[in-house]
Amino acid sequence: MATDVTEENALGEINKYDFVTPSHDVFKAEKGLNADIVAQISEMKREPDWMRDFRLDSLKIFESKPMPKWGGNIAINFQDIYYYLKPANEQGRTWDDVPQEIKDTFDKLGIPEAEKKYLAGVKAQFESEVVYGSLQEDLGNQGVLFTDTDTAVREHPEILREYFGKIIPPTDNKFAALNSAVWSGGSFIYVPPGVKIDFPLQAYFRINAEQMGQFERTLIIVDEGAEVHYVEGCTAPMYTTESLHSAVVEVIVKKNGRCRYTTIQNWANNIYNLVTKRAMAYENSLMEWIDGNLGSHLTMKYPAVYMMEPGARGEILSIAFSSKGQHQDAGAKVVHCAPNTKSRIISKSISKNGGRSSYRGLCKVEDGATGCKSNVVCDALILDPDSRSDTYPYIEVEEQDVQIEHEASVSRIGEEQLFYLMSRGLTEAEASSMIVSGFIEPLIKELPMEYAVEMNRLIELQMEGSVG
Amino acid sequence: MAETLKITDLHVAVEGKPILRGVNLTINRGETHALMGPNGSGKSTLGFAVMGHPGYEITSGSISLNGEEIAEWDATQRSRAGIFMAFQRPMAIPGVKLADFLRHATTNVRNPERREGAELIPMRQFRKELTEKMEHLRMDTEFARRYVNDGFSGGEMKRAEILQMAMLRPKFAILDETDSGLDVDAVKLASESIAEIGGDQMGILIITHHDKLLERNAPDFTHVMLGGRIVETGGIELATELYTEGYDRIRAAYPEAAEAEQEMVGKEVEAV
Ligand SMILES: Nc1ncnc2c1ncn2[C@@H]1O[C@H](COP(=O)(O)OP(=O)(O)OP(=O)(O)O)[C@@H](O)[C@H]1O
Ligand SMILES: [Mg+2]
Repeated sequence: MATDVTEENALGEINKYDFVTPSHDVFKAEKGLNADIVAQISEMKREPDWMRDFRLDSLKIFESKPMPKWGGNIAINFQDIYYYLKPANEQGRTWDDVPQEIKDTFDKLGIPEAEKKYLAGVKAQFESEVVYGSLQEDLGNQGVLFTDTDTAVREHPEILREYFGKIIPPTDNKFAALNSAVWSGGSFIYVPPGVKIDFPLQAYFRINAEQMGQFERTLIIVDEGAEVHYVEGCTAPMYTTESLHSAVVEVIVKKNGRCRYTTIQNWANNIYNLVTKRAMAYENSLMEWIDGNLGSHLTMKYPAVYMMEPGARGEILSIAFSSKGQHQDAGAKVVHCAPNTKSRIISKSISKNGGRSSYRGLCKVEDGATGCKSNVVCDALILDPDSRSDTYPYIEVEEQDVQIEHEASVSRIGEEQLFYLMSRGLTEAEASSMIVSGFIEPLIKELPMEYAVEMNRLIELQMEGSVG
Repeated sequence: MAETLKITDLHVAVEGKPILRGVNLTINRGETHALMGPNGSGKSTLGFAVMGHPGYEITSGSISLNGEEIAEWDATQRSRAGIFMAFQRPMAIPGVKLADFLRHATTNVRNPERREGAELIPMRQFRKELTEKMEHLRMDTEFARRYVNDGFSGGEMKRAEILQMAMLRPKFAILDETDSGLDVDAVKLASESIAEIGGDQMGILIITHHDKLLERNAPDFTHVMLGGRIVETGGIELATELYTEGYDRIRAAYPEAAEAEQEMVGKEVEAV
C-alpha cells in the first residue's frame, strides 16, 4: 500500500512508476539477517556448497565491517528488511509463462514492447528473482550466454567460478559483503571471442514489496574482440518505509573487447541505493559506464574501470538528478595500472527543491603506468537556493609521465537565461526545463536514440512542478 | 482602434537604485520610433522594463497594451501578447539548439493559450519557414543546429535576434542596438528585414547610436533619453543631428536631466 501519495502528487513528484502490484509470493524469507536466513536462501536455490560457504563467509565480513563514514547518511535497520522474496515458481521463456500480475507490471513499464523493437535479449527481475528471460536465437547459437546469475551458478560453473567475486571481493566494502551474503538474481553474460552483439541486452529490476531488499549480482565477461551493450533499468513504488537496493556488478573486458553498460534508474524516494560496480579492462579494450541516477533517498555509486593492460580505455559518463529528500553521492573511479591507458569522466549533476548531489571521484595512476591520459569534467547545476552540490575529487598519481586534466564547474540557473527564454514566450517551467536539457545534452547525445528519449523524458518528469 | 503600447510616467529601479525617472512614450502599431541617448542614460533599462525583466522594478507609472495594464505580467505573457525585444547582449543557452528553442518559442507566441506539453507546430512546416527566413537573412541553415548564442560572434548573435523576430512576428518590437556588431552588408540585410517584417505591421522602437538602421527604417519619431527621461522628441532630423553633433546641446537645454545623468554616473563610481 503506497501511502500519502496525494501530497506527493501535488508536488508533481509521483510518476508512472509509482504503482504496487498485488502479487502472490511463492516464498518469502523471514525478516532480518542471520546465518540461518543466508543458509536458507542458498538452500532454496539448491546451490553447491562452495556458494553457500561463500555466502556465510561474506556475512561474517559484513558483520565485522563498520558503516562507511563518508558519502551519505545511512540509517538502515538491517533486521527490518526482507532479504529474499521469490515471486514466481519458474522463470518464463515467453511472457505468457509469467504470472499475469507480474507481466502486467512489466507491460506498464514498457519492457515487452521495447523487446520487440530494439533489444537482443531481456531479463526481468521482480523482487529477488528473474521472472522472465529471452535471448535472440542466433546469439545463443553463436555461444552467447545471457542468463540470470543463479542459473549460471548451476549451468555454467566453470566460467562463472573463474570470475565471480574476483573483481569485487566481499572484503571490498560493507555493502559488497552484504550482497555477497544474500545475493539473488542479476544477469550473467558471456560473449565469446569476436562476437559483436548489435542490439542491447536489457535487464529490468523492479522492487515491488515494502521493506524489501534487492541484491542482484551481475557478471559480464566480454571475450577477446567481442562487443556488447548492456542496459539496466530500475524502479520501485513509493512507500513510507525504506527499502534497500544493493547490487554488485563485475565486468571483464578482454583484449580488443568493448563493453558499454548503461544504467537508467528512477528509484522512489525511499530507496537506499548502494551499489558497487567495477570493470577490469585488458589490452586495447574499451569499457564504458553510462549512469543515469534519478530518484532514491540516497545513492552511493562510483562505477570503476581498472585499466590492466596497455591501451585499455575507460569512460564513465554520469548524470545525477536530486530533488527533495534525495541525496545522490555518485561519481567514478579510474585506475591506470598499465602504460598508455586512457580514461575520461564526464559527470553532470542537477539539484533542485532541496536536493543534494555530490560528485566523488578517484583518478589513480600507478607507478610505471607511463603515457597515461585522464580527463575529468564535472559540472553541477543548482536550480534553487535550497539545493546543494559538492565535489570531492581525489587524484593519486605515482608516475611522472602522465597527462591529467580536471575541470569542475558549479552554476546556478541564471535569472538572465530564464528571462531571455521567457521573453520568447516560454513559461518559466519550460525555460528551466530547456536549460536543464541543454546542460545534459553533451551526455544525452552519447546515448542510443531510445535511451536518450527515455532519459530526457525522465528528466522532464523530474522537472515538472519545479516552479511555483 | 489602432493598437498601442503606452508608457506613462514610468519609474524603474534596479537593486533599489532609481534609473528611469518618469518616461512617457506612446507607440502605435505601424510606427517606427528611434531612441537615442548617451551611454548609461537608461535605454536598455526601458527595454527590459517593457519586456518584464523581474530585476527591473517598476516603482511607479504604467505600461499598457491596447489600454490594458501589463506592468504585472511576466515576460512570457508579454511575449505572447506580441511584444518582442532583440537584446543588446543576447544570452547563451548551452546545449539547446537554436531550432529547437525557436520551434518552442514560435509555437507559444502563435498560440498564446498553449499549455505546457501540448503539441508544437509540425516539424515540416516549421523547418520550411525557418529555412526561408534564414536564407533571406543569408544565414547558413546549419546554423539552426548550433546552441543558442553559444560561441556566436557578435554579428551572428544579432542576426539570430532578427531571425527570431522574423519567426515570432511581434506586434511591437524593441531593437536594442541590433546594428552594433553587424558588418556593413549585414546591417543592410537587417534593415531590409526589419522594413519587410515591420512595414505597417509592427510598432518598432529602434535603440541605436548609428544611422545605418534608420536609413531604411526612417523613424516617424526620434526620442532622446538623458538621465532616465525622454527629454526631447523630434523627427528624423533630430536623429541626424545627434549622431553628427553629439549630446552637448541636449545637456545644455535640459540641465535637470543632465544633473540626473551625473548622479547616475556618480552612483556608479561610488559603487565600484
Ligand atoms: N542589471 C543592472 N544592474 C546594475 N545596474 C544596472 C543594471 N541595468 C542597468 N543598470 C544601470 O542603469 C543605468 C542605465 O543603463 P542602461 O543599460 O539602461 O543604459 P543604456 O542607455 O542602454 O546605455 P548604452 O548606450 O551603453 O547601452 C546604468 O548606470 C547602468 O549601469
Ligand atoms: Mg543599452
